[in-house]
Amino acid sequence: MADVLVCIKRVPEISGQVALSDDEQSVDARHVGFTVSAHDACAVELATQVAGATGGNATVLTVGQEDATPQLRDALAVGCARAIRVDAPTETYGPADVAAAISQVVRTNETEGSTYDLILLGNDAADTGDFQVGVRLAYALDRPVVTGIKMVTVADGVVVAQGDGPNAIEVFELSLPAVVAVMEGGVEPRYPSVPGRMKAKRATIETVEAGVRPVGSGRVRLKLPPEKPSLVEILGAGEAAAPALVDVLVKAGVVPG
Amino acid sequence: MILVFVETDAHGATETSQETLTVARDLASRRGDDPVHAVVVGPDPDLAAVADQLGALGVETVHHAEGNQVAEYAAAAWAATVVDVARSLSADVVAAAGSPRGSEIMAHVATRMDAVMAANVVAIDTVTVDRGEPLVVTRQVMGGSAFEEMRVASSPAVLTVAGHATEIRTIDAPSPPSVHAFEPTVSGTDLRARVVRTEQVERDDSAALAGARVVVGGGRGVGSADGFSDLLELTQLLGGALGVTRVVTSLGWRPHHEQVGQTGSRIAPDVYIACGISGAIQHWAGCQSAKTIIAINADPDAPMVTKAHYAVIGDLHEIVPAINDELRRRRTGAENSTSIT
Ligand SMILES: Cc1cc2nc3c(=O)[nH]c(=O)nc-3n(C[C@H](O)[C@H](O)[C@H](O)COP(=O)(O)OP(=O)(O)OC[C@H]3O[C@@H](n4cnc5c(N)ncnc54)[C@H](O)[C@@H]3O)c2cc1C
Ligand SMILES: Nc1ncnc2c1ncn2[C@@H]1O[C@H](COP(=O)(O)O)[C@@H](O)[C@H]1O
Repeated sequence: MADVLVCIKRVPEISGQVALSDDEQSVDARHVGFTVSAHDACAVELATQVAGATGGNATVLTVGQEDATPQLRDALAVGCARAIRVDAPTETYGPADVAAAISQVVRTNETEGSTYDLILLGNDAADTGDFQVGVRLAYALDRPVVTGIKMVTVADGVVVAQGDGPNAIEVFELSLPAVVAVMEGGVEPRYPSVPGRMKAKRATIETVEAGVRPVGSGRVRLKLPPEKPSLVEILGAGEAAAPALVDVLVKAGVVPG
Repeated sequence: MILVFVETDAHGATETSQETLTVARDLASRRGDDPVHAVVVGPDPDLAAVADQLGALGVETVHHAEGNQVAEYAAAAWAATVVDVARSLSADVVAAAGSPRGSEIMAHVATRMDAVMAANVVAIDTVTVDRGEPLVVTRQVMGGSAFEEMRVASSPAVLTVAGHATEIRTIDAPSPPSVHAFEPTVSGTDLRARVVRTEQVERDDSAALAGARVVVGGGRGVGSADGFSDLLELTQLLGGALGVTRVVTSLGWRPHHEQVGQTGSRIAPDVYIACGISGAIQHWAGCQSAKTIIAINADPDAPMVTKAHYAVIGDLHEIVPAINDELRRRRTGAENSTSIT
């Protein structure tokens, strides 16, 4: 049996262009929705798979404010048994602070006599992209850690983790307890079932206070990339544009004229 | 003193490691000839050649950690080695490429040295450098849709450099660096997570991609592994190479070495035909040097379309076969006309 803790972060749903708040400290949230990173969604899926396969439980955790509740409920709806929100003003938090807050919860849990055998996180958050919470957490808990992992299985107290190395799939074997940072692509996050959704709606979200004195993120300000005018020439729509495209290839000298 | 963790492959230092060294060199000269050292970990078949290459990028000394304990990749063990070198040099900046491995090792290094880490840096603010203040860097956030100016108030400052955001620049009159080879001792704790085996070793064809005159690109819009047959046919008709997005390699539709972008290859063909690719900044970083960019996309507002030179709007599964037909038609047309004359 392996009990799994999966850590998720509420992030703005961004595709392409974003607008910034007037103080340049955050994304203008008036016109965007919120979600979790694809990496986090895959971590949730793997957490429920591992818990299911070993007869353990999956607990989802976020460090954040009340507005992160929908993301916790989404994870409950796809099979997490418990949800914990570590209440913290995340805009003043950097990755080291998040790792410290999560490690406190894990430590407290241990003093109460239970362990999270496996802790899963996303590889990098879709908004701040710090690439480090998982590693910092592992050091705080003195556990082995691997990042960039696409597949995880647990048997006999050992987690087998696979990720893409520079030119081959790399396989790691770590004794539990361990920390694994997950990359999208190895599993397909499942859709919540209707009963799953109903259960998640009624579930209580446990809330704990973060006892961290934050060091912060070092953010000075956000800025947007300079806008460049588009110079594209639209050759047409659909298959009718094929001859015009081939003409461009001829002009570029890659197809004989 | 700046220390750069350098990754190597069959061709020497990776391109993104060379870019990182260029960024480090710029920072070092801005500070007034601060030395740049490099650290290579693990067995390397041809360190002499790598050392020459690094010398041309302004590296003064190459530290090479080898031996049994670092023969297999283990992030904590490799990081411990980098930390040892950083401490012995009193390095105040430690950097690596923002590759998966570079990012993982720098996260370990930052944690072990109780330092701040800034990921995917694209620029370093020279004003703070000139004033001798903590570095302020600009880095990619929001999946590349925005940048963050971040103060890195620790010594060392730990950085990863975003791939293909910088041109590699060699220095004038390089001198060969001194090479310091050593065998690190690694604690058992740092070997708890190490590669125990590899599977599906890929043949690395990325050199063909980087040198191709025509690259046909495929993204999520291709829809499946099988969906690539039309693109492969187009690639063949044009004598080019296939390049793909990270989504495509993550989903396992195509092998890794075909990935174009920040964490893949940088290409500079005469023509790039991007099919079903949205044009995220991380992909753009790898393809923007193409002389002519043609986008085929269902969405006329996709960044790939607005940034391209030419675009065709619509379903790639209709358009690409039509292009293939047109190419074949013109080819047989040309053959017929030569046989007539
Ligand atoms: C640190 C980091 C590093 C990264 N490194 C890389 C990298 O090296 N390379 C890389 O590519 N990405 C990289 N990415 C990912 C990148 O941000 C994007 O997510 C990715 O490039 C998007 O891939 P895509 O264009 O295939 O998919 P999408 O963004 O989903 O775009 C699919 C496109 O296909 C179009 N489409 C759909 N169906 C059709 C159809 N039938 N016909 C025509 N068009 C269609 C859609 O309109 C859309 O524009 C990185 C991200 C991060 C955070
Ligand atoms: N506020 C948070 N609460 C819970 N988990 C988080 C939080 N921030 C980051 N994480 C986890 O850490 C991963 C890596 O984040 P980062 O190191 O910030 O790029 C994310 O994918 C999440 O799984």
